[in-house]
Amino acid sequence: MNTATHTLDGHGGHAHQPGGLLRWLTTTNHKDIGTMYLSFSLLMFFVGGAMILAVRAELFQPGLQLMKPEFFNQLIGVHALVMIFAALMPAATGFANWMIPLMIGAPDMALPRLNNWGFWLLPPAAILLTLPFVLALFGIGDGAVATGWTLYAPLSVQGGIGVDFAIFAIHILGISSIMGSINIIATILNMRAPGMTLMKMPLFCWGWLVTAVLLIVTLPVLAGGVTMLLTDRHFGTHFFDAAGGGDPILFQHLFWFFGHPEVYILLLPVWGLMPHVLSTFSRKPVYGHTGQVWSFVAIGVLGLVVWGHHFMTAGLPVPALLYFMYSTMSISLPLAVLFFCWIATMWRGAMSFETPMLFAVGFIVLFGIAGLTGLVLADVAADAQYHHSYFVVAHFHYALFAGGIMGVMTGVYYWLPKWTGHMYSERLGKLHFWLTVISFNLTFMPQFFLGLAGMPRRIPDYALQFAEFNAISTVGSFVLGLSQLLFAYNIWRCIKGGEKASNGVWEGTHGLEWELSSPPPHHSWETQPVIKD
Amino acid sequence: MNSAHASAPHTGHYYVPQPSLYPFFLSGGMFLLALGFILQMNKFAPGPWVMAAGAGVIGFVLYRWFGAVIAENQRGDYTGWEDQSFRQGMVWFIGSEVMFFAAFFAALFYCRHISVPALAGMDPAFTLYKDFTVAWPSAGPKGASFTPMGAWGIPAINTALLLSSGVTLTWAHWGLMKGRRAQLNLGLILTVLLGVVFLGFQAYEYHHAYTELGLTMGAGVYGATFFMLTGFHGFHVALGTIMLAVVAGRCLAGHFDAKRHFAFEAVAWYWHFVDVVWLLLFVVVYWL
Ligand code: HEM
Ligand SMILES: [Cu+2]
Repeated sequence: MNTATHTLDGHGGHAHQPGGLLRWLTTTNHKDIGTMYLSFSLLMFFVGGAMILAVRAELFQPGLQLMKPEFFNQLIGVHALVMIFAALMPAATGFANWMIPLMIGAPDMALPRLNNWGFWLLPPAAILLTLPFVLALFGIGDGAVATGWTLYAPLSVQGGIGVDFAIFAIHILGISSIMGSINIIATILNMRAPGMTLMKMPLFCWGWLVTAVLLIVTLPVLAGGVTMLLTDRHFGTHFFDAAGGGDPILFQHLFWFFGHPEVYILLLPVWGLMPHVLSTFSRKPVYGHTGQVWSFVAIGVLGLVVWGHHFMTAGLPVPALLYFMYSTMSISLPLAVLFFCWIATMWRGAMSFETPMLFAVGFIVLFGIAGLTGLVLADVAADAQYHHSYFVVAHFHYALFAGGIMGVMTGVYYWLPKWTGHMYSERLGKLHFWLTVISFNLTFMPQFFLGLAGMPRRIPDYALQFAEFNAISTVGSFVLGLSQLLFAYNIWRCIKGGEKASNGVWEGTHGLEWELSSPPPHHSWETQPVIKD
Repeated sequence: MNSAHASAPHTGHYYVPQPSLYPFFLSGGMFLLALGFILQMNKFAPGPWVMAAGAGVIGFVLYRWFGAVIAENQRGDYTGWEDQSFRQGMVWFIGSEVMFFAAFFAALFYCRHISVPALAGMDPAFTLYKDFTVAWPSAGPKGASFTPMGAWGIPAINTALLLSSGVTLTWAHWGLMKGRRAQLNLGLILTVLLGVVFLGFQAYEYHHAYTELGLTMGAGVYGATFFMLTGFHGFHVALGTIMLAVVAGRCLAGHFDAKRHFAFEAVAWYWHFVDVVWLLLFVVVYWL
């Protein structure tokens, strides 16, 4: 009975939809907004990527070749902020916008205008982040934020105008994410089709529900922290200044109370999506739906209480160190449950390896390396050596590129035919996958060894013995960056046309989202389906 | 809530508003406000003008946007289903506000119980601040010296004001539920007045602090946490007062009835949240 009957809806029907640019400025449609989020994310992925390729070019050889150290520092800081806040998070929100209403049988998101506002806050924030680069060309200010994305005091208290730009960019991004989260929670709690209990709800929606709660709990704390930074800089307060009784470590607490949950915020939507893909291409139901739901919740809760592992060398008292070590390590238990469920979903399935499945399997392997190296870093004694070295950089790129970005690519290939109504080119997709996986490892695997050998992160010059591995890493990074053009081209081609996609798109799909046409009608589920059984 | 939906399936009449330019312009206004503030803090001449432009755009858009929502509501576009979404939205929004204040309370506890004692307890051979001893309130080793704000003067009066405003607001709510419009209107107007008086007292208190007590933003971590906590609270009281005034105006215009009054409730939740924050402030900032 799950058919989308078109009843006449007096409000917001096609008739009122303006065309051209105005359509995008004004839209209240969850699919349009999802498309904007995803396009913006792709654009910023290339912006952030270009920045870091300049960095890798500088690191190709020891010595300073291309840029001043100050500019190098600006590039790495803005790279991270752009990738996290303007590429990865908007991609996940784009998925949420597109897929949650389709999956739960809703006509749209719960708060459509707020939804549009959430998106339109992003471009101003991205401009604020990058504008200081441009202003510096005209002799105004000394460039963008040069403290690294973590904005540690006292460096950030002393920094130039770029820090102020970053603070306000973070405020606006924060408001955007909070509005997006409120909307997603309201949609999930209030708009599910009759009969779809929370426990029957698809895992992607569950991943996002936990993500949204984490965002609402942690982002305001970051906002508070950067506000204190602003008043320390311009209004004479002493939050992070020992002379007035404050403490720079306080900033690290506030930052990482947000920063650690943030890594789960970036990944929970992807963990939610993985079982869908694995089950489709293994032609088997998801293994351990309930177990995965509780793992998400457990990771969310534990993720809120382990932030200290990011500054274990800053002089925390020993009991605090032990606490942060054991609590951090305990997160690997629910994470291991997820890995187990992913593998069990594939176990003895009739697997086929279309591009999304390749990315999913690649994700499992490489993200596993992220988790295992994380355990190494969580060890207080070992971290004393590895902290602030390239080992950490490698660790979190296995988590955020191989976990986050490749997870997003999994989703894009999986859902693109649903969104556009056309199949992408499988040949190009596979080529993109193999180039990405190989060059990713070429880029980041050497960084583990550089870190173990003692190369510090965030440094434009280095000792001679690190030269070979840095050269390899730079070559890898350029291949990695260029391969992503294939990704963009493949998406472009798929939007323009191609083989028609069926409603189900893939052979093994089930779920409400696959019952609508590809692409789905303007108002997704105008009549809510009823879930039986 | 959920089971109610399951028993009465919705028939596709969730109100999806028409395309709207408000969100886009609101973002633009926020961009200008932020840009202007940055320029102003860094002493670039156009700063205040850009800020004023931003604030103007924000004010205008909010006025129109909320006006549109009120009009839709009066037209009967919203049913209980949309109402649930608004409620969810407000609850989670207040949740995010709670966490924002939590950051500043956390800073207060951290400075009082960790950083100040640590600075005082350092090995004399290794510290710049040999004579610094533990105390609270504290300006730290080098902050401007000051006299702390006593709890039982204006702050106690302000506590009484906010608590009474909670009572008048609840009294107004009863009036609404029982159809006694005069009680509703009077209760709301009293609440707004109490909010305004509170703000007046706070302004006076700040003046007193700066001119007579030497208690400024620069008075070490006490001054910093004092002004940030009470300042953001005061800002929220101001917002709440404006929202209450709007609701009062709507009540006078005959909006709301015993069944449908989400806006009233949302503002009431917000006001009680601001109340609770104040009680915490009174205890940990002024009193203890
Ligand atoms: C069981 C899993 C994990 C453990 C035990 C773990 C542990 C750690 C530890 C101890 C550090 C601090 C290292 C240092 O600075 O000395 C760290 C850094 C980091 N981790 Fe993980 N991690 C895990 C999974 C993840 C995941 C899933 C992500 C991302 C989605 C992630 C992202 C990061 C990032 C971004 C940093 C560095 C941030 C920075 O300093 O700029 N980690 N991890
Ligand atoms: Cu962490």
